[in-house]
Amino acid sequence: MRAGELLGLLGPSGSGKTTLLRIIAGLDFPDRGRILFGGDDATGLPVQQRAVGFVFQHYALFKHMSVADNIAYGLNARKRADRPAKAEIRRRVGDLLDLIKLSGFADRYPSQLSGGQRQRIALARALAVEPRVLLLDEPFGALDAQVRKDLRRWLREIHDRTGQTTIFVTHDQDEALELSDRVAVLDRGRLEQVGTPDEVQDNPASATVLRFLGDAIELEAIAEGGRVLVDGKPTPVAAPRGAVGPVKLFVRPWQLQFADPAESHLGGTVRASHRSQGRQRIEVAPADGRHLVVEDFDGERYAAGQPVGLRINGGYVFA
Amino acid sequence: MVDAPRPKRHFRRPSVIPGFGLTFGYTLTCLSLIVLLPLAALVVKSSEIGLSGIVAVATDPRVASALRVSFGVSLLAALTASVFGFIVAWVLSRYRFPGRKIVDAVVDLPFALPTAVAGIALASLYAPTGLVGAQLAKLGIQAAYTPLGIFIAMVFIGLPFAVRTVQPLITEIDKEVEEASATLGATRRMTLVRVVLPPLIPAVLTGFALAFARGVGEYGSIIFIAGNLPYVSEIAPLLIVIKLSEFDYAGAAAIATIMLAISFLTLLAINLIQAWSRRRFGYV
Repeated sequence: MRAGELLGLLGPSGSGKTTLLRIIAGLDFPDRGRILFGGDDATGLPVQQRAVGFVFQHYALFKHMSVADNIAYGLNARKRADRPAKAEIRRRVGDLLDLIKLSGFADRYPSQLSGGQRQRIALARALAVEPRVLLLDEPFGALDAQVRKDLRRWLREIHDRTGQTTIFVTHDQDEALELSDRVAVLDRGRLEQVGTPDEVQDNPASATVLRFLGDAIELEAIAEGGRVLVDGKPTPVAAPRGAVGPVKLFVRPWQLQFADPAESHLGGTVRASHRSQGRQRIEVAPADGRHLVVEDFDGERYAAGQPVGLRINGGYVFA
Repeated sequence: MVDAPRPKRHFRRPSVIPGFGLTFGYTLTCLSLIVLLPLAALVVKSSEIGLSGIVAVATDPRVASALRVSFGVSLLAALTASVFGFIVAWVLSRYRFPGRKIVDAVVDLPFALPTAVAGIALASLYAPTGLVGAQLAKLGIQAAYTPLGIFIAMVFIGLPFAVRTVQPLITEIDKEVEEASATLGATRRMTLVRVVLPPLIPAVLTGFALAFARGVGEYGSIIFIAGNLPYVSEIAPLLIVIKLSEFDYAGAAAIATIMLAISFLTLLAINLIQAWSRRRFGYV
């Protein structure tokens, strides 16, 4: 984890992302291993002294306190010697309300706010204590799609402005890929890969990472002479160095293209197609009873029952 | 320009859930038959002796002393029951320990026990010859046949109310809110005082009001342990029974009416505090 970075923890449910986040915060305890902040060992520090900001999926605001009191809570909780003066606290709360664009809401109560507003308050409350690291646990999980998109962009802006070191947990690949400087993919308690969104998408470290980052079909293929062959025909996919013999080829929906039977690696009949936002997804049923999805620009339409051939334009190989 | 038609004022706000007329009528009928009618009869009966008669009864030293004992001890007992009840509710809903379910069931026993049985049990325990009373006597404290005995009986019968009103709210406390408080650097004490307890105040007040009302109205368990000494440990309900046995119906009704008025005012005050605290704590 680098200072000032926005790191996304991505993984299927039950993969240990939230547990990891809670261990960093000091809310759960590791069986072994250490937590380091900068060069300091924080493993033994109680949660109160870790100086982390934690934002919960369901906000966990103090319902009986006004918005301003919620945000000021962490500052008021400090020992008298470190506590800023009342006027200073009020100024800080005002600045944070400006930052989250809820300036007129200081005297409202959480029950009078929408979900998106509540989550912004929760973020301001966590930022108020100037944490060494900000931890967000599925911060947008409880919000509807449109609000989620807006908040995503907004969180990125806040991060760019404050440079706050941030870790956030999500099971939504799009969210992680769009928002993070780097993504860490977890599966069943194991860290599979850490890298920029481009790195994890272009060079997934394992089939698990690849599968989790999006739809893919899995094909039996042969590596021969530096190429990968499917159905005896060469594909544009280069075989890994030294690989000869059977390999697994993973192909994304947009790496398939309709083609003449002579140039096709796969064939089948169209089962259904859906259009959405300038793209279309066509479901193809090959003879072996599997289920393929092809993604294409919204152009030529394909009728159900129509026989088609598919050419592989790219893919990822794992032994 | 055309004036918009003035919105018709409704007795109730329109709602998607039907049945307001039916349920409201039912409420009024029940309330009238079961609660208001007997109370009205009480007031009518006591008015036989006129306002001056009621004042005379109220200022009678024996009656005044009984009222003081009834209401004073009830308040103290309700306060005590609220504190202990809160702790019991806290332990029962926050911790898992063997026998929890049994303790949980025991809490309700004072509800189910005939009050006279409770009174006799308490009296024999706390009498100077009893198990607890003998120990207290060594310390120079006499519990039975004094206001302290009344206090003990009232706490006993009031405790379940105090426990049962707060318990569901303690169970519902969101763990994340406590964790949020801790990540913001708050000590456990601050988390408890500033975050956990304030939302429970309305429920504690409800429990207090119920325990208080129960204490004022209690008769059976108290008379066995109170000793019933006039001016010392005589409660107002007992005085009513005494007046009835002397065929002084109007006098009995007068004491009852006075009790009714004081109870109503006290409960109203508690309800107002409660409404204020609900508003203050910003929800529902």
